[in-house]
Amino acid sequence: MRTQALEGGFANAPIDAAHAFRAVMNAMARPGTIEQVRGAQLPVLSIAAGVVLLTLCDPETPVYLTPSHDTQDVRDWIAFHTGAPICAPADAAFALGDWDQMPLAAFPLGSAEYPDRSTTLIVKVPTLSKDGATLRGPGIERSAALNLPDLQTFQANAQLFPRGLDFIFTCDDRLAGLPRTTRVS
Amino acid sequence: MPNSSPDPNADRKAWMSLLAKAPSADLAQLWSAVPVPPHTVLRAPEVGGIMARGRAGAVGAPFNLGEMTVTRSSIKLSDGTVGHAYVQGRDKGHALSAALIDALMQTDAAAQMDRTILTPLRDAMLLRTATRAAKAAATKVDFFTMVRGED
Repeated sequence: MRTQALEGGFANAPIDAAHAFRAVMNAMARPGTIEQVRGAQLPVLSIAAGVVLLTLCDPETPVYLTPSHDTQDVRDWIAFHTGAPICAPADAAFALGDWDQMPLAAFPLGSAEYPDRSTTLIVKVPTLSKDGATLRGPGIERSAALNLPDLQTFQANAQLFPRGLDFIFTCDDRLAGLPRTTRVS
Repeated sequence: MPNSSPDPNADRKAWMSLLAKAPSADLAQLWSAVPVPPHTVLRAPEVGGIMARGRAGAVGAPFNLGEMTVTRSSIKLSDGTVGHAYVQGRDKGHALSAALIDALMQTDAAAQMDRTILTPLRDAMLLRTATRAAKAAATKVDFFTMVRGED
Protein backbone atom coordinates (compact mmCIF):
# COMPACT_ATOMS: atom_id res chain seq x y z
CA MET A 1 0.00 0.00 0.00
CA ARG A 2 1.39 3.38 -0.94
CA THR A 3 1.73 6.08 1.69
CA GLN A 4 -0.60 8.31 -0.33
CA ALA A 5 -3.54 6.12 0.58
CA LEU A 6 -2.91 6.64 4.28
CA GLU A 7 -3.12 10.43 4.16
CA GLY A 8 -5.95 12.91 3.93
CA GLY A 9 -8.07 11.87 6.88
CA PHE A 10 -9.60 14.31 9.36
CA ALA A 11 -6.86 16.05 11.35
CA ASN A 12 -9.11 16.35 14.39
CA ALA A 13 -11.61 13.56 13.80
CA PRO A 14 -14.32 14.24 16.43
CA ILE A 15 -14.69 17.96 15.62
CA ASP A 16 -14.11 17.75 11.85
CA ALA A 17 -16.54 14.84 11.54
CA ALA A 18 -19.20 16.74 13.51
CA HIS A 19 -18.85 19.80 11.24
CA ALA A 20 -18.93 17.60 8.15
CA PHE A 21 -21.98 15.67 9.37
CA ARG A 22 -23.84 18.91 10.00
CA ALA A 23 -22.98 20.13 6.51
CA VAL A 24 -24.21 16.91 4.88
CA MET A 25 -27.36 16.90 7.05
CA ASN A 26 -28.17 20.52 6.16
CA ALA A 27 -27.57 19.88 2.47
CA MET A 28 -30.03 16.95 2.59
CA ALA A 29 -32.57 18.77 4.78
CA ARG A 30 -32.59 21.89 2.61
CA PRO A 31 -32.21 20.83 -1.02
CA GLY A 32 -30.77 23.63 -3.12
CA THR A 33 -28.36 24.92 -0.48
CA ILE A 34 -24.68 24.50 -1.26
CA GLU A 35 -22.50 23.66 1.74
CA GLN A 36 -18.78 24.12 1.94
CA VAL A 37 -16.77 21.43 3.73
CA ARG A 38 -13.14 20.88 4.61
CA GLY A 39 -10.92 18.26 6.22
CA ALA A 40 -10.20 15.51 3.71
CA GLN A 41 -7.51 15.87 1.07
CA LEU A 42 -7.09 13.15 -1.52
CA PRO A 43 -4.99 12.71 -4.63
CA VAL A 44 -7.89 11.41 -6.73
CA LEU A 45 -11.18 12.40 -5.11
CA SER A 46 -12.52 15.86 -4.44
CA ILE A 47 -12.44 17.22 -0.89
CA ALA A 48 -16.22 17.08 -0.63
CA ALA A 49 -16.41 13.45 -1.81
CA GLY A 50 -13.70 12.48 0.67
CA VAL A 51 -15.44 14.27 3.52
CA VAL A 52 -18.76 12.55 2.76
CA LEU A 53 -17.07 9.13 2.72
CA LEU A 54 -15.23 9.83 5.99
CA THR A 55 -18.43 11.01 7.64
CA LEU A 56 -20.98 8.44 6.45
CA CYS A 57 -19.09 5.24 5.59
CA ASP A 58 -17.97 2.45 7.89
CA PRO A 59 -17.49 -1.35 7.62
CA GLU A 60 -21.28 -1.85 7.43
CA THR A 61 -21.89 0.37 4.39
CA PRO A 62 -20.75 -1.23 1.11
CA VAL A 63 -19.57 1.30 -1.47
CA TYR A 64 -19.82 1.00 -5.24
CA LEU A 65 -17.22 2.82 -7.34
CA THR A 66 -17.85 3.77 -10.96
CA PRO A 67 -15.11 2.68 -13.40
CA SER A 68 -13.55 6.18 -13.44
CA HIS A 69 -13.13 6.05 -9.64
CA ASP A 70 -12.34 2.35 -9.25
CA THR A 71 -8.56 2.65 -8.85
CA GLN A 72 -6.24 1.01 -6.35
CA ASP A 73 -5.54 4.38 -4.73
CA VAL A 74 -9.22 5.02 -4.06
CA ARG A 75 -9.80 1.46 -2.81
CA ASP A 76 -6.81 1.69 -0.46
CA TRP A 77 -7.90 5.09 0.81
CA ILE A 78 -11.44 3.91 1.54
CA ALA A 79 -10.14 0.73 3.18
CA PHE A 80 -7.75 2.54 5.51
CA HIS A 81 -9.93 5.48 6.48
CA THR A 82 -13.43 4.00 6.57
CA GLY A 83 -13.11 0.20 6.36
CA ALA A 84 -16.07 0.13 3.95
CA PRO A 85 -16.15 -2.86 1.58
CA ILE A 86 -16.27 -2.26 -2.20
CA CYS A 87 -19.26 -4.00 -3.80
CA ALA A 88 -21.47 -4.41 -6.87
CA PRO A 89 -24.24 -1.82 -7.50
CA ALA A 90 -26.98 -4.17 -6.25
CA ASP A 91 -25.47 -4.30 -2.73
CA ALA A 92 -24.40 -0.67 -2.49
CA ALA A 93 -25.33 1.57 0.43
CA PHE A 94 -23.29 4.32 -1.21
CA ALA A 95 -22.09 4.85 -4.76
CA LEU A 96 -19.29 7.17 -5.72
CA GLY A 97 -18.39 8.45 -9.15
CA ASP A 98 -19.32 10.38 -12.27
CA TRP A 99 -22.94 10.86 -13.26
CA ASP A 100 -22.77 9.32 -16.75
CA GLN A 101 -21.23 6.11 -15.38
CA MET A 102 -23.82 5.46 -12.65
CA PRO A 103 -25.79 2.24 -13.35
CA LEU A 104 -28.96 3.82 -11.95
CA ALA A 105 -31.24 0.85 -12.70
CA ALA A 106 -29.00 -1.55 -10.74
CA PHE A 107 -29.10 0.22 -7.38
CA PRO A 108 -31.48 -0.98 -4.64
CA LEU A 109 -34.43 1.42 -4.16
CA GLY A 110 -35.46 0.12 -0.74
CA SER A 111 -38.78 -1.52 -0.02
CA ALA A 112 -42.06 -0.09 1.27
CA GLU A 113 -41.27 -1.61 4.70
CA TYR A 114 -37.61 -0.53 4.67
CA PRO A 115 -37.25 2.53 2.42
CA ASP A 116 -33.85 3.21 4.06
CA ARG A 117 -32.35 0.18 2.32
CA SER A 118 -31.56 2.14 -0.81
CA THR A 119 -28.40 3.66 -2.23
CA THR A 120 -27.14 7.17 -1.62
CA LEU A 121 -25.24 8.37 -4.69
CA ILE A 122 -22.24 10.65 -4.23
CA VAL A 123 -22.03 12.21 -7.67
CA LYS A 124 -19.09 14.21 -8.91
CA VAL A 125 -20.27 17.16 -11.02
CA PRO A 126 -18.08 19.69 -12.87
CA THR A 127 -19.94 22.71 -11.51
CA LEU A 128 -22.39 23.40 -8.72
CA SER A 129 -24.53 26.53 -8.85
CA LYS A 130 -27.95 27.75 -7.81
CA ASP A 131 -29.50 27.89 -11.25
CA GLY A 132 -31.09 25.46 -13.67
CA ALA A 133 -33.72 23.04 -12.41
CA THR A 134 -36.42 24.23 -10.00
CA LEU A 135 -36.75 22.26 -6.77
CA ARG A 136 -39.89 22.04 -4.64
CA GLY A 137 -40.78 19.93 -1.64
CA PRO A 138 -39.93 19.39 2.05
CA GLY A 139 -37.17 21.68 3.31
CA ILE A 140 -37.80 24.31 0.63
CA GLU A 141 -40.00 27.31 1.49
CA ARG A 142 -41.22 28.15 -2.03
CA SER A 143 -38.73 26.93 -4.58
CA ALA A 144 -34.99 26.53 -4.93
CA ALA A 145 -32.69 26.08 -7.92
CA LEU A 146 -29.76 23.79 -8.57
CA ASN A 147 -27.92 22.80 -11.73
CA LEU A 148 -28.73 19.10 -12.12
CA PRO A 149 -27.09 16.78 -14.65
CA ASP A 150 -30.51 15.38 -15.66
CA LEU A 151 -34.22 16.07 -15.11
CA GLN A 152 -36.21 12.97 -16.03
CA THR A 153 -34.22 10.66 -13.75
CA PHE A 154 -34.96 12.82 -10.73
CA GLN A 155 -38.63 13.24 -11.66
CA ALA A 156 -39.01 9.46 -11.97
CA ASN A 157 -37.11 8.95 -8.72
CA ALA A 158 -39.43 11.29 -6.79
CA GLN A 159 -42.45 9.33 -8.11
CA LEU A 160 -41.23 6.21 -6.31
CA PHE A 161 -41.56 7.76 -2.82
CA PRO A 162 -41.19 6.35 -0.15
CA ARG A 163 -38.73 4.25 -2.14
CA GLY A 164 -36.00 5.84 -4.26
CA LEU A 165 -32.43 7.01 -4.38
CA ASP A 166 -30.86 9.98 -2.61
CA PHE A 167 -28.17 12.11 -4.20
CA ILE A 168 -25.25 14.17 -2.94
CA PHE A 169 -23.56 16.28 -5.60
CA THR A 170 -19.94 17.15 -4.95
CA CYS A 171 -17.73 19.66 -6.70
CA ASP A 172 -14.31 20.48 -5.26
CA ASP A 173 -15.01 21.41 -1.61
CA ARG A 174 -18.75 22.09 -2.02
CA LEU A 175 -21.72 19.78 -1.87
CA ALA A 176 -25.49 19.84 -2.34
CA GLY A 177 -28.15 17.28 -1.57
CA LEU A 178 -31.17 16.03 -3.47
CA PRO A 179 -33.32 13.63 -1.42
CA ARG A 180 -36.07 11.50 -2.98
CA THR A 181 -38.73 13.85 -1.54
CA THR A 182 -37.74 16.76 -3.76
CA ARG A 183 -39.86 17.41 -6.86
CA VAL A 184 -37.84 18.64 -9.80
CA SER A 185 -39.07 20.65 -12.77
CA MET B 1 0.81 -27.31 8.89
CA PRO B 2 2.65 -26.61 5.60
CA ASN B 3 5.21 -23.85 5.89
CA SER B 4 6.46 -23.36 2.35
CA SER B 5 8.28 -20.02 2.64
CA PRO B 6 9.46 -18.04 5.67
CA ASP B 7 7.28 -15.05 6.48
CA PRO B 8 9.00 -11.89 5.16
CA ASN B 9 7.23 -9.85 7.84
CA ALA B 10 8.13 -12.14 10.73
CA ASP B 11 10.51 -9.62 12.35
CA ARG B 12 8.02 -6.79 12.13
CA LYS B 13 5.24 -9.02 13.48
CA ALA B 14 7.46 -9.92 16.42
CA TRP B 15 8.18 -6.34 17.48
CA MET B 16 4.60 -5.19 16.86
CA SER B 17 3.34 -8.07 18.98
CA LEU B 18 5.82 -7.20 21.74
CA LEU B 19 4.76 -3.53 21.71
CA ALA B 20 1.08 -4.50 21.70
CA LYS B 21 1.38 -6.72 24.74
CA ALA B 22 3.89 -4.67 26.77
CA PRO B 23 2.52 -2.91 29.87
CA SER B 24 1.94 0.72 28.89
CA ALA B 25 3.75 2.02 32.02
CA ASP B 26 6.94 0.10 31.13
CA LEU B 27 6.87 1.37 27.54
CA ALA B 28 6.15 4.95 28.64
CA GLN B 29 9.15 4.86 30.97
CA LEU B 30 11.53 3.53 28.28
CA TRP B 31 10.10 5.83 25.58
CA SER B 32 10.55 8.95 27.76
CA ALA B 33 14.32 8.57 27.40
CA VAL B 34 14.11 8.75 23.58
CA PRO B 35 13.73 12.09 21.76
CA VAL B 36 10.46 12.04 19.78
CA PRO B 37 11.29 12.19 16.05
CA PRO B 38 9.45 14.70 13.82
CA HIS B 39 6.32 13.02 12.48
CA THR B 40 2.78 13.57 11.22
CA VAL B 41 -0.18 11.66 12.60
CA LEU B 42 -2.07 9.73 9.90
CA ARG B 43 -4.57 8.20 12.30
CA ALA B 44 -4.87 9.79 15.72
CA PRO B 45 -5.01 7.18 18.50
CA GLU B 46 -8.55 5.79 18.75
CA VAL B 47 -10.01 3.24 21.13
CA GLY B 48 -12.15 0.37 19.88
CA GLY B 49 -13.03 -3.25 20.45
CA ILE B 50 -11.95 -6.39 18.64
CA MET B 51 -13.00 -10.01 18.87
CA ALA B 52 -10.05 -12.13 19.98
CA ARG B 53 -10.24 -15.58 18.41
CA GLY B 54 -8.53 -18.77 19.45
CA ARG B 55 -8.08 -22.42 18.54
CA ALA B 56 -8.23 -25.19 21.11
CA GLY B 57 -4.68 -26.52 21.39
CA ALA B 58 -3.76 -24.12 18.58
CA VAL B 59 -5.00 -26.66 16.00
CA GLY B 60 -8.77 -26.93 16.51
CA ALA B 61 -11.53 -24.99 14.78
CA PRO B 62 -11.39 -21.24 15.51
CA PHE B 63 -13.82 -19.95 18.13
CA ASN B 64 -14.53 -16.51 19.56
CA LEU B 65 -12.59 -16.21 22.80
CA GLY B 66 -13.99 -12.83 23.79
CA GLU B 67 -13.87 -9.13 23.10
CA MET B 68 -10.99 -6.95 24.14
CA THR B 69 -10.26 -3.24 24.07
CA VAL B 70 -7.54 -2.09 21.70
CA THR B 71 -6.17 1.30 20.73
CA ARG B 72 -4.78 1.89 17.26
CA SER B 73 -2.72 4.62 15.68
CA SER B 74 -0.71 5.33 12.52
CA ILE B 75 2.02 7.90 12.00
CA LYS B 76 4.46 8.95 9.28
CA LEU B 77 8.01 10.07 9.99
CA SER B 78 9.43 13.07 8.14
CA ASP B 79 11.34 10.71 5.81
CA GLY B 80 8.08 9.02 4.75
CA THR B 81 8.34 5.83 6.81
CA VAL B 82 4.91 4.74 8.05
CA GLY B 83 4.36 3.09 11.42
CA HIS B 84 1.21 1.36 12.64
CA ALA B 85 0.21 0.12 16.06
CA TYR B 86 -2.65 -1.84 17.59
CA VAL B 87 -2.09 -2.16 21.34
CA GLN B 88 -4.15 -3.67 24.12
CA GLY B 89 -5.95 -1.36 26.51
CA ARG B 90 -7.07 2.25 26.13
CA ASP B 91 -3.81 4.13 26.62
CA LYS B 92 -3.52 6.50 23.64
CA GLY B 93 0.08 7.41 24.47
CA HIS B 94 0.94 3.72 24.34
CA ALA B 95 -0.51 3.40 20.81
CA LEU B 96 1.24 6.52 19.55
CA SER B 97 4.67 5.56 20.93
CA ALA B 98 4.25 1.99 19.62
CA ALA B 99 3.49 3.37 16.12
CA LEU B 100 6.57 5.63 16.31
CA ILE B 101 8.75 2.72 17.40
CA ASP B 102 7.33 0.58 14.57
CA ALA B 103 8.34 3.30 12.09
CA LEU B 104 11.78 3.81 13.67
CA MET B 105 12.42 0.05 13.55
CA GLN B 106 12.21 0.31 9.74
CA THR B 107 14.89 3.01 9.63
CA ASP B 108 18.59 3.22 10.55
CA ALA B 109 17.59 3.76 14.17
CA ALA B 110 16.45 0.12 14.41
CA ALA B 111 19.53 -1.15 16.29
CA GLN B 112 19.29 1.63 18.87
CA MET B 113 15.53 1.12 19.30
CA ASP B 114 16.05 -2.59 19.72
CA ARG B 115 18.70 -2.02 22.37
CA THR B 116 17.00 0.72 24.40
CA ILE B 117 13.35 -0.31 24.18
CA LEU B 118 12.59 -3.72 22.72
CA THR B 119 15.23 -5.73 24.59
CA PRO B 120 14.20 -4.47 28.07
CA LEU B 121 10.54 -5.10 27.20
CA ARG B 122 11.33 -8.59 25.92
CA ASP B 123 13.39 -9.42 29.02
CA ALA B 124 10.60 -8.18 31.28
CA MET B 125 8.04 -10.25 29.41
CA LEU B 126 10.17 -13.42 29.58
CA LEU B 127 10.68 -12.82 33.31
CA ARG B 128 6.94 -12.41 33.84
CA THR B 129 6.25 -15.60 31.88
CA ALA B 130 8.88 -17.53 33.82
CA THR B 131 7.62 -16.25 37.20
CA ARG B 132 4.07 -17.19 36.34
CA ALA B 133 5.14 -20.62 35.11
CA ALA B 134 7.18 -21.18 38.30
CA LYS B 135 4.24 -20.20 40.49
CA ALA B 136 1.99 -22.53 38.55
CA ALA B 137 4.58 -25.33 38.74
CA ALA B 138 4.71 -24.98 42.56
CA THR B 139 1.05 -25.91 42.78
CA LYS B 140 1.43 -29.02 40.64
CA VAL B 141 0.14 -32.19 42.22
CA ASP B 142 1.47 -35.60 41.17
CA PHE B 143 -0.92 -38.49 41.43
CA PHE B 144 0.36 -41.99 42.05
CA THR B 145 -1.74 -45.04 41.58
CA MET B 146 -1.52 -47.15 44.67
CA VAL B 147 -0.75 -50.75 43.89
CA ARG B 148 -3.72 -52.76 44.90
CA GLY B 149 -3.37 -56.34 45.96
CA GLU B 150 -5.09 -57.87 43.00
CA ASP B 151 -3.41 -61.20 42.81
